Amino acid sequence: MDKLKLYGKEFDSRLLVGTALYPSPAIMRESVAASGSEIITLSLRRQSPEQQQGKMIWDYIQESGCQLLPNTAGCKTPKEAIALAEMSREIFGTDWLKLEVIGDDYNLQPDPFGLIEAARELVKRGFKVLPYTTDDLVVCRKLLDVGCEVLMPWGSPIGTGRGLMNKYNLQTLRERLPDTPLIIDAGIGAPSQACEAMEMGFDAVLLNTAIAKAQAPVLMAESFKLAIQSGRAARNSGLMLKRQTASPSTPTLDMPFWQQTVSAGKEGESV
Amino acid sequence: MQLLVNGETITANESDTVAEILQKLGYTGETFAVACNGYFVPRGTYGDTPLKAGDNLDIVAPVVGG
Repeated sequence: MDKLKLYGKEFDSRLLVGTALYPSPAIMRESVAASGSEIITLSLRRQSPEQQQGKMIWDYIQESGCQLLPNTAGCKTPKEAIALAEMSREIFGTDWLKLEVIGDDYNLQPDPFGLIEAARELVKRGFKVLPYTTDDLVVCRKLLDVGCEVLMPWGSPIGTGRGLMNKYNLQTLRERLPDTPLIIDAGIGAPSQACEAMEMGFDAVLLNTAIAKAQAPVLMAESFKLAIQSGRAARNSGLMLKRQTASPSTPTLDMPFWQQTVSAGKEGESV
Repeated sequence: MQLLVNGETITANESDTVAEILQKLGYTGETFAVACNGYFVPRGTYGDTPLKAGDNLDIVAPVVGG
C-alpha cells in the first residue's frame, strides 16, 4: 500500500544500497539481504580478461533479484557519462541509471551544468535517469524539465557520513517538488540521519559507506532498514508542531496540593 | 599499428576490427563492453568496426559501486 514508485515500478523497501567497500563479497551479499533493499548500485571499470571481479558481480546479479542501478561514478563530462551509460545498459540489461557527473574532485560535488546536459541526452536515448544532484532547487527543476522523473539530492558529500548538511535546501526541495520522488543520496552516516530524511518527507535513501564500513555491516544494514521504516511511518503519522514554551502532558485539572490563593488567610499559618 | 587498450599500448594488424582485438586479448562471454575513443561501440558492431593507429579502446566489466 505504501509503495515506493519509481519510473512505473513499485518497491516495498525505501532503502537503496551500494555494493562497494565491504570487507568481503560474502558480507556484501549478507548486508544487502539484511537491508531489505530491492535496488542496488553497481558500476563498470576497466578489466583484463584474467580478472575475476566481473564474473563475481555477474553471478551475484543473477541471484540477487534486485533492480540494478548502474552508476556513472567518476565521470567528469557528459561525454564520459553518456558512453558509460550506454556500456552499462548493454551489460546490465537495464535502462535505469544513477547519473553522476562530478565537478570537483575534493568533495565529489555534482557538476550541475554537465549533469543537466547529460541527463537531457540520456533521456532522449531512452534511459530512466536518476541524477545524483546538489540540493539546488533550480538545478532540480531543470533536471525535471529535461525528463528526469526521480531526483537524488545529496545529503552531504559522498563518504563523509555528515548527514543532512543543508536542511533548509532539502526542506525547500520537498515542499516545492511535492510530487517528485526524491531520494537522499550520499553522505548518510547513521540510521538516525536516514530516519530524519524520511521524517522530512523524502521518499527513500541511497547509501553505501555507512553500512559497508560499519564494524558489523550486516547488523548496520538491518539498523538502517528499521530506521527508514520508522521514519516513513513517522512521516505518514504527521509530526507534531514544535513550540517555544513547555506544555504539560499530564492533566492539570484536579492537581492535589494546589489551592486558590485566599487573600484573607491568617499570616504565619503553617502545617 | 599501435593501439591503446585500457591505457596500455598494444601492437595490432592494420585494419584489425574491434572483434579481432577482443579475440586476440582473450575477451569472451558477454560481461564486458567497449568504447573506442570515448564513444560506445555496441556489441553487434564489433566485427564491422575497423580500428586505426592510435585508437584508444576501453574495455569494461561490472564492478561493485556506490
